Amino acid sequence: MDEKQFKKLNRRELLKLTPLVALGAFALPPLREPLLMKGLAFSDWASGKLFRPGHLATTFCDSDLTPFEKFPINDYDVDDPEVDLENWTLTVTGAVAKPGDYSLAQIKALPKTRQNTRHVCVEGWDVIGRFGGTRLSEFLKFVGADSTARFITVECADDYYESLDLATAMHPQTLLCYEMYDQPLTRKHGAPVRLTVPTKIGYKQAKYVTDLRVSHVLDRVGYWEDQGYSWFYGL
Amino acid sequence: MATEVIDVESAKTGDVVEAVYEHPWPVRFSHWLNAIALFVMTGSGLQIFRAFPSFGAKIPQKDLLHWPKAFAIGGWLGGALQWHLTFMWIYIATGLFYLGYQVFSGNYRQVLFVARDVRGVWPMARHYFFFGPKPPTRQVYNPLQKLGYTGAIGLGVLSVLTGFAVWKPIQVSWLAWMMGGFHLARVWHFVVMWAIILFVLGHLVMVVLHGWNNFVSMLTGWKSDPEYRTR
Repeated sequence: MDEKQFKKLNRRELLKLTPLVALGAFALPPLREPLLMKGLAFSDWASGKLFRPGHLATTFCDSDLTPFEKFPINDYDVDDPEVDLENWTLTVTGAVAKPGDYSLAQIKALPKTRQNTRHVCVEGWDVIGRFGGTRLSEFLKFVGADSTARFITVECADDYYESLDLATAMHPQTLLCYEMYDQPLTRKHGAPVRLTVPTKIGYKQAKYVTDLRVSHVLDRVGYWEDQGYSWFYGL
Repeated sequence: MATEVIDVESAKTGDVVEAVYEHPWPVRFSHWLNAIALFVMTGSGLQIFRAFPSFGAKIPQKDLLHWPKAFAIGGWLGGALQWHLTFMWIYIATGLFYLGYQVFSGNYRQVLFVARDVRGVWPMARHYFFFGPKPPTRQVYNPLQKLGYTGAIGLGVLSVLTGFAVWKPIQVSWLAWMMGGFHLARVWHFVVMWAIILFVLGHLVMVVLHGWNNFVSMLTGWKSDPEYRTR
């Protein structure tokens, strides 16, 4: 083979790598955002497939607990939205048989669950806390939630909002939490009621909850999700 | 594994040199795809790390290192996660494609470090690092290269496994458990990243030292006048 033929052969082999140029789409600003959103959506879809409704998050003994004062207080806006604890109710709407305002006493009258679980922050740190409350699944049964519904959306006193897929909402460790470390929730930790979802990342576990909606379509996703974070983010 | 060899005749001088087809298309393709994916995964990973540059408690937080934002991808935690959670699929798919090809084509024999390569490692290391004599080789990769590449592939597998343990510590809790728990899984993920970075740096030095023909072979597959062919 002479040199010219060899060069031609090399060129042909080099051309076989041209599909790699497609990745250059990530370098183009108008395409980058939609592509990354597709990637994030794919990850969320895969996360949903990986989620096992009956699989429990690890629970810990009391000696593993992070001391209460070292349990970080994280919020997107204010530490204390000054909820009127006396007159607080949880407003339930959407696909439920008994919509309305539910008092803390009504929630506390439901069976109580206590668990020591890990709270994982998207930033990378984690703590082990003791949480007490009623199972969200128990409360959803109590208000007669439509079993064909697909989502739970919550609104909070600090204008935070979040949503959960129904499988996660029905998970036995997902709580309407009103106690931490066997004490009523403090204002900074989300009094009077917050979500505890050990199978999800921290920002899904909304504090100062005021409204709960059961729905078939997801039209209000979540505060951090709307900034570009993953929606499902199951652990 | 039959390596394709051709004679190339220079039009000017009439000299004939051998050219060897070292890297089949799937290997070259996954090499460059992996290089891009690895670049994005490392850059976005370091941006994610910036959000909590520690492995201890949140309160009090003791930062391990302050990684400069200029050497990270994504700009902020959410952006970096978008890159990380998108390119991890490209990274995994590339790895599976590569491993699948190597196993089913038999081409893995070119790169896999096996027991009989052990005794060739030291002479090669002595040659590279301590000016020892160059051991004769008859293969595309010498034993030290095989060790390096096999190790790098192992690190790639570990990066995925440790990553899954960090991303899904509950659904794959057994994986996190095998790594000594969620905290250590995060440490291993970080350590594996640095090991890969070290490999890449060494790899780049070797590429520079071995010249143009060697570099071109990863683009076209063909290496002209390879040093291991003696006639």
